[in-house]
Amino acid sequence: MSDAGAPGLAPASAASGPEANAERVRRMELVISYLLRIGVVVSLVVVVGGLVLSFVHHPVYVSSRPELHRLTSRDTPFPHTLSGLVGGLRGLDGRAITALGLLLLIATPVLRVAVSIPLFVYQRDRTFAIVTAVVLTVLICSFVLGRAGG
Amino acid sequence: MWVVTPLAFVFVLFGISVVAGALGSLLGLGGGIIVVPALTLLFHVDIRLAIGASIVSVIATSSGAAAAYVRDHMTNLRVGMFLELGTTTGAITGAYLAGVVDPRVLYVVFGVALAYSAVAMFQRRHAEGAAGPPDRLADRLRLHDSYQDEATGVLVRYRVARVKLGLVLMYVAGMVSALLGIGSGALKVPAMDLAMGLPMKVSTATSNFMIGVTAAASAGVYFVRGDINPFIAAPVAAGVLLGATAGSRILPRAQSGAIRWLFVAVLVFIAIEMLARGIR
Repeated sequence: MSDAGAPGLAPASAASGPEANAERVRRMELVISYLLRIGVVVSLVVVVGGLVLSFVHHPVYVSSRPELHRLTSRDTPFPHTLSGLVGGLRGLDGRAITALGLLLLIATPVLRVAVSIPLFVYQRDRTFAIVTAVVLTVLICSFVLGRAGG
Repeated sequence: MWVVTPLAFVFVLFGISVVAGALGSLLGLGGGIIVVPALTLLFHVDIRLAIGASIVSVIATSSGAAAAYVRDHMTNLRVGMFLELGTTTGAITGAYLAGVVDPRVLYVVFGVALAYSAVAMFQRRHAEGAAGPPDRLADRLRLHDSYQDEATGVLVRYRVARVKLGLVLMYVAGMVSALLGIGSGALKVPAMDLAMGLPMKVSTATSNFMIGVTAAASAGVYFVRGDINPFIAAPVAAGVLLGATAGSRILPRAQSGAIRWLFVAVLVFIAIEMLARGIR
């Protein structure tokens, strides 16, 4: 509509109709985009920081070829439990910091789903708020079931 | 086997992952088709650690590219979030079917399905934009949308068709991904392109948006199980994130037809690989 006065200035709560709705959808896209970007940047910094620290603590990684086999073999222990992670972080272990960064990366899409629920509520879109809540529930279930099933 | 220092390993793997991230972000795939063979064939890494790294690659591609695609309105958020109902429940079913279904049968079935998709997607190259049948569910969910095609400078309006079929296909896609650990995007893009009639670039951008969520569900389990080795996954994550960010700048300006060609070529490659694994 060309005769709408001052588009985009009306507060979302007072406005209704297709334009206000488009504005709210746009805001949702920006929030989700920011969230993904922050998740990506933070996890990248932590992952790379941990990797650099590994090399600082173990200068042998730069020169020794047999070290690689040890690092990438299936039997090499590395932090993958909560207690192992916390212990490693306390000791400023590079691999524990990297693992934390990877966990942040893994958590980002789940957080995106969680944040979408209130965003749909804000758009007064009940159907999609429910759809997204179901998706989040299924995600949490699959994690819990997967852990139990090993 | 290629014996190098850990430092060289990090840099080579980083470089390979940049390519995987760029290709994955353009085509809506996870990049596993590059990361897994690179790790197993080049560095003789254990297959389970390679799959753990490829799960990280899927999430990194998804979040890295989706940040741009959602902002640029290439992703159809509503379609993606609705279809996640199918992929996530399918993934749970797949986890339960593991051990019940013979993977070799699945490889053959989905090798054939992907080969068929490749042919059908190739044939659709001139029919893109043709409206599918009206769909009341799509109307009610307000799924129809538009995107700005930077290659042609045109605002492309599109209508979404066959939502129920799309949801069923996503359920199957989620199940297969969980069972075989591959094919996260290879099944989603054809479903959106062929069944639901989305434009090619919207299909890959929306697939990109969705694959991270499915992968995150299983990634937690892989992590606890000890399949995600930080030393292997770190260069993959960093490289893929960079590659995906670069790829996400290319897609809006790329020709739809070129993306379709590239996707069909990769799909043929994956189909052959799946058939070979099933028949062998």
